[in-house]
Amino acid sequence: MADTSDAIIRVRGLRNQFGSQVIHDGLDLDVNRGEVLGVVGGSGTGKSVLLRTIVGLNRPAAGRIEVFGQDLTSLSEAEREMLEERWGVLFQDGALFSSLSVAQNVEVPLREHSNLPPDLIDEIAALKISMTGLPAEAGPKFPSELSGGMRKRAGLARALALDPEILFLDEPTAGLDPIGAAAFDELIKQLQQALGLTVFMVTHDLDSLHAICDRIAVLAEKRVMVIGTMEEMLQHSHPWIREYFHGPRARAVVGA
Amino acid sequence: MSTETDAIQGPATAAWLKMEHRKGLRLLRAGGRWGIGDAAHLDAKLRRLEISTGEAVQIDASDIAVMDTAGAWVLYRAIKGLRAQGLTVEIANATPNVAEMLDEVVRNDNPCEIAPPQGNAVVNMIAQIGESVVDIAAETAQLISFLGSIFVTLARTAAQPRRLRLVPLVHHMQQVGLNALPIVGLISFLIGVVLAYQGASQLQKFGAEVFVVDLIAISILREIGILLTAIVIAGRSGSAFTAQIGSMKVNEEVDAMRTLGLDPMEVLVVPRVLALVFTLPLLAFFSDIIGLFGGALMAWITLDISPGLFLERLHASLGPWTFWVGIIKAPVFAFIIAMLGCFEGFQVVGSSESVGQKTTRAVVESIFLVIVVDAIFSIFFAFIGI
Repeated sequence: MADTSDAIIRVRGLRNQFGSQVIHDGLDLDVNRGEVLGVVGGSGTGKSVLLRTIVGLNRPAAGRIEVFGQDLTSLSEAEREMLEERWGVLFQDGALFSSLSVAQNVEVPLREHSNLPPDLIDEIAALKISMTGLPAEAGPKFPSELSGGMRKRAGLARALALDPEILFLDEPTAGLDPIGAAAFDELIKQLQQALGLTVFMVTHDLDSLHAICDRIAVLAEKRVMVIGTMEEMLQHSHPWIREYFHGPRARAVVGA
Repeated sequence: MSTETDAIQGPATAAWLKMEHRKGLRLLRAGGRWGIGDAAHLDAKLRRLEISTGEAVQIDASDIAVMDTAGAWVLYRAIKGLRAQGLTVEIANATPNVAEMLDEVVRNDNPCEIAPPQGNAVVNMIAQIGESVVDIAAETAQLISFLGSIFVTLARTAAQPRRLRLVPLVHHMQQVGLNALPIVGLISFLIGVVLAYQGASQLQKFGAEVFVVDLIAISILREIGILLTAIVIAGRSGSAFTAQIGSMKVNEEVDAMRTLGLDPMEVLVVPRVLALVFTLPLLAFFSDIIGLFGGALMAWITLDISPGLFLERLHASLGPWTFWVGIIKAPVFAFIIAMLGCFEGFQVVGSSESVGQKTTRAVVESIFLVIVVDAIFSIFFAFIGI
């Protein structure tokens, strides 16, 4: 899709540890502009920790993280804030503010980081809600009145509010029924193509990996062990990767 | 795709909009980065457009380097406005990126309400009053049934003492009793000091300094010791009971207990209620002693009433019931605090937000009920003359 020199996220020598427990050690990862990267790995391999570290929610013990060619650790507060407006994050269950309606949730970043007039903010919020496939009736509802799938869509609308270039997704299809999950995959793919997004997706869902990921990064042994396309994964000889992509659940998806 | 996205990183030319006037044709030339950062001023410019009817409008988009959905929306809403005035508007030379963004925006022109409907303020207020009356009635009924099931479970435990969970009981006794000693002690000491000091400065006017001992002894032993302890424990342990049971409820641990044949009343409620009923009288006794000690210390410092004299006066001022009137109330208050704490815990539904709400309720309700019951006790004691 894009050549390797065009990395929008570049992680070098990342080390994360909690107490004496080392999660990542010498982790390197490149995410190319315009691709959908799926990050997989067994439980406890630090997939979510990696995502949280890149978006700055978790301070690494060592290593460099560059996003848009800028080193995150050396930025001032103001520069960081500018950078944060250029990516959106969707947390597992949407992480919507429960005291605000869906539309008000989408408006939070717009009100905070843009100088748009109020009527335009309302219109853009409605636009994002519609783009994520929510019906207009969902706008004035509170998150507690929505189903899990709708909450994720609302979270996605909020993540897309400032027209980000990178979208971080933490297990976007977890907790959805297969039909809802497939529809959500489809939505991500469609938005990614329409908006030219780069997507960094932590997932366990083989269907998602197969349907929308351009490349897959496998976390194991505290680093990114392999990164490549689905075809390359299928041919890889590492026992865990064989187990993962050739297991009984994978066979139905890949048809192997 | 790579060419258009590269442009995002390319030289950041700010968005611009120029208007040219040709006979019968308005030409709007747009260029630069039509992104969310420039959307506000582009929108302001587009809103100021004044075009007389009968003119054709052409928008030349060839110089737009890159467009995002906010930029596309601003342009689209202007076009929509012009078309609504009956003008013909066309877009020329749109790059694939611009065409795609405009398409995306047109497809999603779905206005929605932002805030939930508010309704009439007066009607809302009346509805709210009605709702809270119904809620209070329902909750009172539930509380009474909860009270009943506590008694049933206690009776069953008394009949079969084996069913009493000793380890949790001791654990809770430590939590609510032993661990509360420092805070209860500190507050009681300070109140004793304050009472002695305030009493002394008033009684000195009458030359009746020595009666400060009576004042301290009677007020602390009868009322302040136990009331203060109950209020501290309601804030400290009643709230903890609600939060513990509430978060277990959110986690479905309470449901898991039921499916495993464990009775939550027996496992969760009885140890907490008994722990508080056993320890609150002890805490109240501790509070009495420390309060008297604080008072005696202050009386010694400010009024020169020696500890020996203080003790002598103490003996003279205390009736046979003074101490017991205070302590007798402790188990009742303990029961109220523990029952409300556990009850509100079980009332938690759904989210962790509800845990916070119910915890606040438990504390407010138990302090309120403790004071009400204290007033009833006072009337009763006055009636029987002790």
